[in-house]
Amino acid sequence: MQWEAVIGLEVHTQLTTRSKIFSGAATAYGAEPNTQACAVDLGLPGVLPVLNADVVRMATMLGLAIDARVARRSVFARKNYFYPDLPKGYQISQYELPIVAHGHLDISVDGDSKRIGITRAHLEEDAGKSLHEDFSSCSGIDLNRAGTPLLEIVSEPDLRSAKEAVAYLKKLHQLVVYLGICDGNMQEGSFRCDANVSVRPRGQAEFGTRAEIKNVNSFRFVERAIDYEIERQIELLEGGGRVVQETRLYDPDRDETRSMRGKEEANDYRYFPDPDLLPVLVSDEFVDGVRATLPELPAVKLARFRADFGLAEYDAETLTAERGTADYFEAVVAAFGGEAKLCANWVMGELAAALNRAGLDIAASPVSAAQLAGLLRRIHDKTISGKIAKDVFAAMWDGEGEADAIIAARGLVQVTDSAAIEALIDEVLAANGKQVEQYRGGQEKLLGFFVGQVMKVSKGKANPQQVNDLLLAKLKG
Amino acid sequence: MSLEPSQVAKIAHLARLAIDESAAPAYANNLSAILELVEQMNAIDTTGVEPLAHPLDMHQRLRADAVTETDRRDEFQAIAPATAAGLYLVPKVIE
Amino acid sequence: MHTKTLAELARGLAAGEFSSRELTAACLARIDAHDGVLNSFISVSAERALAQADAADARRRAGAAGPLTGLPLAHKDIFCTRGVKTSCGSKMLDNFVAPYDAAVVERCDAAGLVMLGKTNMDEFAMGSSNESSYYGPVKNPWDLAAVPGGSSGGSAAAVAARLVPVATGTDTGGSIRQPAAMCGITGIKPTYGRVSRYGMIAYASSLDQGGVLAHSAEDCALLLGVMAGFDVRDSTCAEAPVPDYTATLNDSLAGLRIGLPREYFGAGLDADVARAVEAAIDEYRRLGAEVVELSLPNAELAIPAYYVIAPSEASSNLARYDGVRFGHRCAEPRDLLDLYTRSRAEGFGTEVQRRILVGTYALSAGYYDAYYLKAQQIRRLIRDEFLQAFTQCDLIAGPTAPSVAFDLGEKADDPVALYLADIYTVAVNLAGLPALSLPCGFKGQRPIGLQLIGPAFAEGRLLNAAHAYQQVSDWHRRMPQAFA
Repeated sequence: MQWEAVIGLEVHTQLTTRSKIFSGAATAYGAEPNTQACAVDLGLPGVLPVLNADVVRMATMLGLAIDARVARRSVFARKNYFYPDLPKGYQISQYELPIVAHGHLDISVDGDSKRIGITRAHLEEDAGKSLHEDFSSCSGIDLNRAGTPLLEIVSEPDLRSAKEAVAYLKKLHQLVVYLGICDGNMQEGSFRCDANVSVRPRGQAEFGTRAEIKNVNSFRFVERAIDYEIERQIELLEGGGRVVQETRLYDPDRDETRSMRGKEEANDYRYFPDPDLLPVLVSDEFVDGVRATLPELPAVKLARFRADFGLAEYDAETLTAERGTADYFEAVVAAFGGEAKLCANWVMGELAAALNRAGLDIAASPVSAAQLAGLLRRIHDKTISGKIAKDVFAAMWDGEGEADAIIAARGLVQVTDSAAIEALIDEVLAANGKQVEQYRGGQEKLLGFFVGQVMKVSKGKANPQQVNDLLLAKLKG
Repeated sequence: MSLEPSQVAKIAHLARLAIDESAAPAYANNLSAILELVEQMNAIDTTGVEPLAHPLDMHQRLRADAVTETDRRDEFQAIAPATAAGLYLVPKVIE
Repeated sequence: MHTKTLAELARGLAAGEFSSRELTAACLARIDAHDGVLNSFISVSAERALAQADAADARRRAGAAGPLTGLPLAHKDIFCTRGVKTSCGSKMLDNFVAPYDAAVVERCDAAGLVMLGKTNMDEFAMGSSNESSYYGPVKNPWDLAAVPGGSSGGSAAAVAARLVPVATGTDTGGSIRQPAAMCGITGIKPTYGRVSRYGMIAYASSLDQGGVLAHSAEDCALLLGVMAGFDVRDSTCAEAPVPDYTATLNDSLAGLRIGLPREYFGAGLDADVARAVEAAIDEYRRLGAEVVELSLPNAELAIPAYYVIAPSEASSNLARYDGVRFGHRCAEPRDLLDLYTRSRAEGFGTEVQRRILVGTYALSAGYYDAYYLKAQQIRRLIRDEFLQAFTQCDLIAGPTAPSVAFDLGEKADDPVALYLADIYTVAVNLAGLPALSLPCGFKGQRPIGLQLIGPAFAEGRLLNAAHAYQQVSDWHRRMPQAFA
């Protein structure tokens, strides 16, 4: 039988606010346990939640960016369950009336584009963390993360393969980072994904029974977890078994999903409107104001890069994949003022490679956009060759200063004086009489050898084009 | 609606209350009487009536995104039953 | 000194007739002498009180005293107080000392009031008789065999017995008005949102409201003026300005339309209570008020709706008491489930557990629509009925409770009978309206209360009407013999 997978994703994006969604405690990552958990986050008796204005703004940004409806009235509800990382015994979330609904995102897989529906996006608070190491019979609870604002973005079950799921996830990741509403850091859990996976015989309209895979925290694991789960379900069904609706956890070490027995008990969350919070109203003026602050979105930026800078599709896509890269590139172009293609080559080439080796984000690049532009100017005006430029770049990377200073200090200025170059050529030809004879005897491939020798004696500083031209003239002579 | 002791046990589990088996019948009786009282609501038809969650027509006020809280862990954990290394301790959580 | 009202004591302090320290010491001495019998306090913070009194006296000498600086009060033990235990009448919080003050406590402190201690109450404010307190029942000063009402029974008894001139309380379904009526004092529950709930331990968040228990409407006006006002920390707190409630106390009642809902005078109302309430209404006629009859047809649905909504919210509000971060934790839990279920079963009393179970049930899958949603729909009908009524009248009057205080233990085994004691008070909370109870007579030794209900934010009008009555009556001046 032919099987078809049906996948829907629930993505928890941590919003980039300074303070928590309902309290004035800091959200910074990596603090000492419980030092960023205030009375509200701890659920102490009598304290009350007050909504952070920025989460409403950020949710609205997402809503506009995915062509969704931004609810003029949304309501916070309580999701009741007991768990040690949930201090109040309920999570404040949006249930019946989420702030964002009915959006979509277009993805492209193997050249085919596809529209993925986004059912809803709702605001909620994150839970704390249970730490199981260190204590033999106990777990330790750190509530620093409790109350961190999350925007949960729920897709329609429109995805049909792990590949599509990853494409959607990457697109969404790119979008929230572009919008500046999420830092996108998957290792720190700022962008987490739960996948609902089911399979059905191809052509069947009804969905199969789904399993929910929890908290997969990298694109690679999402793909592997979904693929594993699809295989598992197909095997199960083909063997005459049935898929059980349950929550499963992906184990990257074993590359498998397994049932989470601890959470298997049928949950009855007893949602009801949180009486400590009132309906959130959003006016048309507010939405218009947010719309005016929306940054250029990836698809628009890509089109502009192609049109304005004359970049090829591949270059434009690479440069706009991340907002940081695009911003850096545009800053280089602006400071350089010359050919954008040269900028693109350097940003995607030498710089990207160096960042990759060092494991750095472009925002943390030791070579600034202005500095790189300074180097490109010297290539453009032929002060240095492209080859020398790589050495200068390496020096800049190591913090030796601006390109001009390095060029001057190391005496790397290109030699373009014809007389000086001719002197070097004469020296080389005199020292290699045999090769000169062979060249003149018809072995014209030896030109490369002579160019190399001249460059060598010039310590790489001679202008290669001039060396080439002058050599040809001399050898003919 | 009258509740059986077994239903009381289910609700008690949901509410995380350890209710003695011997106390369950008494709870079942009392709860049944309370449910009978509240079911007087069925005396009227409320079809189409918008539920009212809050008595006043107010909407949520928003707080500027600013960090206003400082670290008060020591003070907060002074009233906690069991802590170590800044963490609250609970019996091992199994996932 | 204990025979004086708060207003009179304020004048005495201002005139230098006595110091705050003397007044505070006198109150502490009365608590010492009488509270063994009454059990109206859970904590008495004598040292803290005397230090606050000295600070108040110094403030007065410096010419910086406000109208209430140096006057003693007691807080219901539901308001968090930094450094003094806040138990909420529960074993669950017997060891809880809040690391913060409630907004009400902050405001009273800032005004220079002196806190004598924390008063007894029904556990988590769930009760109408003060018998559900972990710290034992409170006695009614008028008749030690009777309950003082609840849940602010400790505050009501302490004020009635003249141990303290004024006390704070909270009212979720009648918890200020009903004990005020049963103890023969004046109590006001303000409009929902008038007083910040920050630091006030939640029972049912959409119904809870802090207020005052005092000897007179004038005293209520004085303290409410301090307690009321906007607080950014409570999303449900109103931004409306706070008028000077004392400025309108003496306004004329000529032309005031008082509505009498016929549903408040039907079956179930004690005949003596009815007579006393009617006599008080006659007094209002003489004061120039116009009495109009009206109807609140869904009044009897208030109790059923309330006993769904309040327990539902409570079941969720009380989930935070899990033995992890504060409060009672059972000994040697076997596992996580054991920690939760045993800590909670040991920490909560029977009535609290009962309401948690009812609320959990009402919100659970398959029952939500039939119970919770239905109750919220009825809540709207009740609210709208009040709005409609206030197009025909300025205030609504009726009995606060269907009978005078009942005997201790009388309804202990019958929760439903006890719930019905709230029949005239809960609708007001569902609608979020302000209401006040003032003494209007006795049945035997036991006091009777008249309830006045106003439109939202009409506290000034309620206090004005109650004050006018208290100028021509002396029920509020009477003192229980044993504590005279």
